[in-house]
Amino acid sequence: MSNFIDVCALDDINLDTGVCALVNNEQVAIFRPAASGTLFAINNYDPIGKANVLSRGLISDVKGHLTVASPLYKQHYRLDNGECLEDENVRVTTYQTKVENNRVLVAV
Amino acid sequence: MTNKQNLIVIGNGMVGHKFLESLVELEQAQNYNITVLCEEPRPAYDRVYLSSYFSGKTADDLSLVSEGFFEANNIDLKLNCKAQSIDRTAKSVTTESGETLSYDKLILATGSFPFVPPVPGHERDNCLVYRTIEDLEAITAGAKNSKVGVVVGGGLLGLEAAKALKDLGLETHVVEFAPRLMAVQVDEAGGALLKTKIEELGVRVHTNKNTQNITDGDTCQHKMEFADGESLETDLILFSAGIRPQDAIARECQLELGPRGGIQINNHCQTSDENIYAIGECALWGGMIYGLVAPGYNMAKVAAQHLSQCGDATFEGADMSTKLKLMGVDVASIGDCHARTEGALSYAYTDEVNQVYKKIVVSADKKLLLGAVMIGDAEDYGNLLQMALNNIELPASPEALILPSLDGAAKPVLGPDALPDTAQICSCYDVSKGAICCSVQDGAQTIGDVKAITKAGTGCGGCTALVTQVMNNELTKLGVEVNTDICEHFAYTRQDLYNIIRIEGIKSFAELINKHGKGHGCEICKPAVGSMLASCWNEYVLDDKHIGLQDTNDIFLGNMQKDGTYSVVPRVPGGEITPEGLIVIGQIAKDYGLYTKITGGQRIDLFGAQLHQLPDIWRRLVDAGFETGHAYGKSLRTVKSCVGSTWCRYGVDDSVGLAIELENRYKGLRSPHKIKFAVSGCTRECAEAQSKDVGVIATENGWNLYVCGNGGMKPRHTDLLAQGLDKETLIKYIDRFLMFYVKTADRLQRTSVWMDNLEGGLDYLKQVVLEDSLGMAEELETQMAAVVGTYQCEWKTTIESPEKLKRFSHFINADQPDDNVQFVKERGQIRPANENERINKDNLIAIS
Ligand code: SRM
Ligand SMILES: Cc1cc2nc3c(=O)[nH]c(=O)nc-3n(C[C@H](O)[C@H](O)[C@H](O)COP(=O)(O)OP(=O)(O)OC[C@H]3O[C@@H](n4cnc5c(N)ncnc54)[C@H](O)[C@@H]3O)c2cc1C
Ligand code: SF4
Ligand code: FES
Repeated sequence: MSNFIDVCALDDINLDTGVCALVNNEQVAIFRPAASGTLFAINNYDPIGKANVLSRGLISDVKGHLTVASPLYKQHYRLDNGECLEDENVRVTTYQTKVENNRVLVAV
Repeated sequence: MTNKQNLIVIGNGMVGHKFLESLVELEQAQNYNITVLCEEPRPAYDRVYLSSYFSGKTADDLSLVSEGFFEANNIDLKLNCKAQSIDRTAKSVTTESGETLSYDKLILATGSFPFVPPVPGHERDNCLVYRTIEDLEAITAGAKNSKVGVVVGGGLLGLEAAKALKDLGLETHVVEFAPRLMAVQVDEAGGALLKTKIEELGVRVHTNKNTQNITDGDTCQHKMEFADGESLETDLILFSAGIRPQDAIARECQLELGPRGGIQINNHCQTSDENIYAIGECALWGGMIYGLVAPGYNMAKVAAQHLSQCGDATFEGADMSTKLKLMGVDVASIGDCHARTEGALSYAYTDEVNQVYKKIVVSADKKLLLGAVMIGDAEDYGNLLQMALNNIELPASPEALILPSLDGAAKPVLGPDALPDTAQICSCYDVSKGAICCSVQDGAQTIGDVKAITKAGTGCGGCTALVTQVMNNELTKLGVEVNTDICEHFAYTRQDLYNIIRIEGIKSFAELINKHGKGHGCEICKPAVGSMLASCWNEYVLDDKHIGLQDTNDIFLGNMQKDGTYSVVPRVPGGEITPEGLIVIGQIAKDYGLYTKITGGQRIDLFGAQLHQLPDIWRRLVDAGFETGHAYGKSLRTVKSCVGSTWCRYGVDDSVGLAIELENRYKGLRSPHKIKFAVSGCTRECAEAQSKDVGVIATENGWNLYVCGNGGMKPRHTDLLAQGLDKETLIKYIDRFLMFYVKTADRLQRTSVWMDNLEGGLDYLKQVVLEDSLGMAEELETQMAAVVGTYQCEWKTTIESPEKLKRFSHFINADQPDDNVQFVKERGQIRPANENERINKDNLIAIS
């Protein structure tokens, strides 16, 4: 079912930051938290700020949940399930990721 | 309309104005035709702070009238209009210009006038008094041609006047008739210590001096001859020998007066004529004239309530306790400080080493505190005053109240819990303990909040320590743990973390959180630590180990706009720019189709740049000699300037030159919040320096340094930190000031809020910066030098690093732009398309 697509080298993503990749015409924000060995991917569109900016947010640990704080108005989106901590009716899509041979792959 | 009563108020001083405000507050003002006769050329101003006129405050700053007050409440204010006489039978007032106005009710708020002893020669030139703004103007003018100044009268006002003369650069003397200074408020021992302290500050004090004659001097304009045969030469004489009630107009219409003057009033503030009220310093209640503003304010409220029959407050006397800082010396006096009550006993403590004197007067049974005197250290004032006012039973050994605590034994302080809710904590604004607690219950969390809501502490400031105690006590009671931890990851304040980083030499967030924190950090602690690391070590903010700490704007060195595009703000130091520079900026804006705007900070902002365009744009700017403007950073923004002496016919010094120098010195300094400067070339102040974190104004005597101003959400005027500085000293003080702020402020706390929460306020800051009271001036200067020495233009570093530039594209794996960014044209430039325009694809501009 999931179809992993190669997007970039692992080193292209600075530790503790995110990048945005275009995958099957979708904007995917991929994060590389220093806190976990894994990558996370969510949709890049901030439904509250209404702009494609989530990849540029700051990775934030809120009570044990890894989130990204939107660079526009600072709402937190959980990296593992896309939930918005400030508004339970808001959620962004999440995607699977994996790293193989130092390459980053995302399934959309 | 016709059934409205005519209300005339004579005098628009502090108390007369408070009366008007009280009527308005009771929503009664519209029920009267109100006329106010004001002898002075301007409406009410703050006489209590009159002296600050000498340190740069203007008549406008001192005004007590909120904008549009008279117009909005239909009050007819007649300036320069003195009431000449009152006809009580016809119920009318005639003014000096001959106009007659009829009244139904009349308020006398004529205040008092300075008493000038009838010494022969007292009318000579440059013999002045100290009560109005005009008086101060005359003093300033008189001081210009004077070397020596004498204040006659060593009371509270006299010492304040002496400070003013000293600040005007005169050799200053105080001549006092009594054997000691402040005879009314302090006892002999206290007066003696006060004299020593004042003399150490360079003011000569002459007690027991009875001036008999003033004639021509030999070396100065005047010679004062004293009863003991001695004499003193001086150019300027300032009489401050007490005040007398301004009761002439009442005497003439036969209102009842006291034997030594003052218009007799009852508990409703009515005079012997029930249609006439008297309030403030012209009124005599229970044989007392109250020369302080708080009792006057109370009378104003009482009269307003009685007149309009809204409320039943009465005036029943007032407490005359005072706490002041005279020429930097703490002086306080409470109640019966001379132990005149029958059977009263006193305890005194003298410390000649630290020059502190304290005395308490207690009742015969040692149960109640009757009075106190404190010189040199008045920290216990709030505590003692509350004990005296609220008849709180004293501890078994009352002397412990004033003795220094040895061996760490705690002083018997009066917890705020011991006070009744009605206890008046701030007498300037009549704020009770209950009112402060209410403000806390309504959400106030800092002393700044409490001040804003209740006004407590915003008058003389004497009550601040106690207000803080009451607030903290209430917060604790509400279970608000006064939690100052920066966030869930660090159980420290920002100040703690800053010290840890400095002292342990910590260079990265990872190291800090491993050693002193928990979890992985969040959008609160990461940028704050990023900023502190930069303040301390000034490494490149996009360095691999710092990049994850940078917030929205810093991480791409530009301000993100609502559609995800960025603004570009090159630095234009001091706002000075060449035509070539303008052309480069214009050409770039044109080539990239950016929206351009002149900012409020005297530079140019280019909006609508997409992430991938930033490096190219900045490469061209850097090539043309521009640097980053840090419009994105919590760091120095701009140093605004006015054109200054180079062109302006009034300019006193080169404000542009200094602005450029300051901007280049402090650019790149990361701080708790953004910092803004301005430099004006003269006191006309075209650069608006008095609204900046750091403001500098050129004067004939050198640069004046102002600090802690703010525009923005809650404007605050600056305070004058130091004056008449040469450039080197100015820069030294700014170095210390900024580094002290960087070291001690909370995250995202502008200098204005920092100052409002700084214990000890401006005086404390002056001690730290000017007098080096913490012994850390050198350290602060060295730290600043390190920051200045390691400056780099972050954009220049970035465009030189191919690694760093990789991040500047919307997609890591494609060259396309973000298709969500859409512009339309308005007034000849781009702007983000709105939702409708996006959907309908109305006039969208093709994006590259
Ligand atoms: C561009 C500019 C408005 C303009 O078109 O003129 C501007 C734009 C912004 N201001 Fe400002 N301020 C600008 C001058 C001012 C001024 C006037 C001045 O500096 O003389 C003030 C009042 C003075 C002051 O700060 O004391 C001002 C008070 C604020 C405040 C309120 C600060 C406060 O303490 O209350 C904020 C919000 C904040 O910092 O938290 C703010 C925040 C902002 C932000 C950063 C909001 C944001 O996060 O997007 C805007 C960023 C625009 C951008 O992308 O560049 N801006 N802002 C001005 C840039 C000046 C410059 O050259 O750097
Ligand atoms: C330098 C200085 C420092 C002070 N410091 C303190 C302090 O720290 N704490 C404190 O509590 N108090 C202080 N005071 C005292 C305080 O200012 C007064 O208590 C307060 O101003 C009294 O208010 P008032 O309205 O009664 O009188 P004023 O403020 O003097 O107002 C009276 C007004 O009536 C006008 N007037 C008089 N006669 C007429 C007339 N016939 N027609 C029309 N107008 C008339 C006068 O011109 C004046 O404007 C200080 C005073 C001075 C001068
Ligand atoms: S005033 Fe508000 S809207 Fe205008 S530039 Fe400043 S922050 Fe933006
Ligand atoms: S007592 Fe003066 S400000 Fe509170």
